[in-house]
Amino acid sequence: MRHVLVIGAGPAGLAAALAASDAGASVTLLDAGDGLGGQYWRHLPPQRPSRRESRLHHGWAAFERLQGRIGRADAIEVLTEAQVWAIETADAVTAQVLLGPTDAAGREARALTADAIVLAPGAHDRTLPFPGWHLPGVFSAGAAQALAKGERIAVGRRAVVAGAGPFLLPVAQSLTAAGATVLGVFEAARPRALARGWLPKPWKLLGTAHKGRELAGYLAHHLAHRVPYRPGRAVVEARGDGRVEEVVIARLDADWAPVPGTERTLAADAVCVSHGFTPRLELPIAAGCEIGPDRFVRVDPDQRTSVEGVYAAGEITGIGGVDAALVEGRIAGHRAAGGDRSAMGSAPRRARAAAELTRRIEAAHGIRPGWTSWLRDDTVVCRCEEVPYGRLRAVAAATEQRSLRSVKLTTRAGLGICQARMCGRTVESLIGADPSSGADTSDRRPLAAPVRLGDLAGLPTAPDGA
Amino acid sequence: MRADAVIVGAGIVGAACARALARTGMSVVVVDRGAPASATSARGEGNLLVSDKAPGPELDLALLASEHWPRLAAELADELGAAFPAVEYERKGGIVVATTEAGAGPLRDFARGQAEAGVEVRDLAAAEALELEPHLNPEITAAVHYGQDAQIQPVVATEALLASARRAGARVLPHQEVTGALRDATGRVTGVRTASETLHADTVVVAAGPWSGAAAGALGADLPVRPRRGTVLVTARMRQKVFHKVYDGDYFGATQSTDAALQTSSVVESTPGGTVLIGSSRQQIGFDERLSVEVLAAIARKALRLFPFLETTPVIRAYGGFRPYTPDHLPVIGEDHRHPGLWYATGHEGAGIGLAGVTGELIGALVTGAEPPLDPEPFRPSRPSLAAHLAPEGAA
Repeated sequence: MRHVLVIGAGPAGLAAALAASDAGASVTLLDAGDGLGGQYWRHLPPQRPSRRESRLHHGWAAFERLQGRIGRADAIEVLTEAQVWAIETADAVTAQVLLGPTDAAGREARALTADAIVLAPGAHDRTLPFPGWHLPGVFSAGAAQALAKGERIAVGRRAVVAGAGPFLLPVAQSLTAAGATVLGVFEAARPRALARGWLPKPWKLLGTAHKGRELAGYLAHHLAHRVPYRPGRAVVEARGDGRVEEVVIARLDADWAPVPGTERTLAADAVCVSHGFTPRLELPIAAGCEIGPDRFVRVDPDQRTSVEGVYAAGEITGIGGVDAALVEGRIAGHRAAGGDRSAMGSAPRRARAAAELTRRIEAAHGIRPGWTSWLRDDTVVCRCEEVPYGRLRAVAAATEQRSLRSVKLTTRAGLGICQARMCGRTVESLIGADPSSGADTSDRRPLAAPVRLGDLAGLPTAPDGA
Repeated sequence: MRADAVIVGAGIVGAACARALARTGMSVVVVDRGAPASATSARGEGNLLVSDKAPGPELDLALLASEHWPRLAAELADELGAAFPAVEYERKGGIVVATTEAGAGPLRDFARGQAEAGVEVRDLAAAEALELEPHLNPEITAAVHYGQDAQIQPVVATEALLASARRAGARVLPHQEVTGALRDATGRVTGVRTASETLHADTVVVAAGPWSGAAAGALGADLPVRPRRGTVLVTARMRQKVFHKVYDGDYFGATQSTDAALQTSSVVESTPGGTVLIGSSRQQIGFDERLSVEVLAAIARKALRLFPFLETTPVIRAYGGFRPYTPDHLPVIGEDHRHPGLWYATGHEGAGIGLAGVTGELIGALVTGAEPPLDPEPFRPSRPSLAAHLAPEGAA
């Protein structure tokens, strides 16, 4: 029986595990979190179930169906709190896993190999810095969403949602559902960019009609809750004494540079910001998968990566949202299990439509270079190491450097506990680095998660007994 | 383009050579296959050590370097001003400990030999060692203090040397891999070619670290410098609990080894950034960048033997780098006797950060015919210990 290892139990990983099992493989499904669903379907733990999940979550019924079927499938082993902290490629591609709560000492170590591996680690929020973004009360939209969905906590009473991309809408919805007043959704992309990205050739989106319904649902929700949706605007500053008390909103030009004289202030106690997503590429890079110039894992129509036996699905192949993740996961799992291409039904067509959607999200909401003009010299760029923009710029100029590696080590930007997950791409763009070659990129992290020295020391070592 | 000297490699050794030559008034161009200060120089701990060197020419060079670096660091700080990041030179001292009965005797003997060669060493009783390093494993069997061991931030140091070289007129051309040599009718090397440049120069210095063998090969010469991999672990930031460079006595055995198998020995130290660095392993596996869990585990175990408190400390980063390794364990500094015009400043293995400054001074003196700061003979490519590893006709 073929054995398929699926890493990540968000929409893509769940779909992959089930498709692989349906195609006759035995499956091991891993996730670092304590439950299934990933960031997208983050929910209350089973000890505290809620009847409201279905109202908070888009596609909750789909999740329950997937989770139920995975639970009933004998051939699927589910490991939660399973952190893949490294991938080795010396012989077979091997996932090094630690099992147990993240902060526990003495986690059980396992080295997992399989006939095929499906990588579905997802993405994390990308947040561009702005003056005051370090103040308490400023949240990444993903964190605010997680608190609202996972803990039913609203991050503030008067909240502003800002940034770019369709994700802002469900965040605003979760916040209102958790009891906050959302003062507005401020989308950086201007109406013209939105129209260019979303409107042309709508037939190409056939197959993602349900995505359209989802968006329509959010817009209806915003109307019902009187949440203004303001394209072409950004939060360019948060102010307050020790925490956020007000935000400055400005109109942006087509390159996302604030238009002088358009600033206005809004009293708010919470700001939730997202400028898109950064794919979690450390595992595919460690596995040796080719990364394209768009900085996503390169896959063929079967979701195969450049490495034999390694498949990729979901946000690491393009930020396409849940529909893309589900259909890619299904294809990846089916093919990883050795399933026949002809048995995939409409999945390939839907995957193509999802890819079109991915392209449109980028066209409409992709980050434009003018945003750097809202930075000030004292705006902290790397929050872990508290590196301000002015120092980053001055050191890069003094050393005449555009190499990320050098600038990281001369400024400490990106060297902190998050290992540049938050600031890496921002620092790259601020110094003019060229990450396309793959040699000088913030995406590479041989250690994919922090590991205690005691856990490392407990692993099998070199034969010399070192 | 024409210059008096072309330096191949913009790591710390190339930077130091460029600075030394430019300050004699020569026009200097530095080329690098990638970005400056981003390969070997950016992947080590920043060690300026005498403790790991046996009496002999490399120790002489290291002792000279330990006098030279404080002056160099002060000069760079003066020249580049407060806006430039600090090189973080710190003569913090090293403590080498033995963790086994069998290791205690050889460590003390080794230290005695070094003392005779002029190294500042002091035998420590266990209680003294624990006073200097309160969190050290109390079950050590011997400890020796080395006052001259120092640390520097290697990337800042490299950038500072490059910035200083540029102030003296040097030009740095990144992303220019050398593809061939220019030669005159007598065969003398008169410059290099890259994909997009032809650089004429009377002096070509290969300072390309572990890629020096390949760079020399592209210039038509053979040079037995090979990569040896080292791995370093970085912990999360913590309150300072490690105050010196602390090594177990195996470090000496690993640096002097020709065994291709993995050898590890722990080196544990704090950085001004608040992290603890733990290294280093040495493997001869070519340019293989892939992570090996076995290596990480071996490094972690040895570190815990030195500092048991690290057991619960998270490692947030692991990085590997390649060190330029020569078969007779000595740097190669000087003109190739088989290829006039072609010079080398490479092969420092894990000691390049510490030895870069004096290597630059030595190259500067030899190229201009000035009095060298120490006897250059043991480092010349023509030295007897390297002869067996060189192709007789000298061609790559």
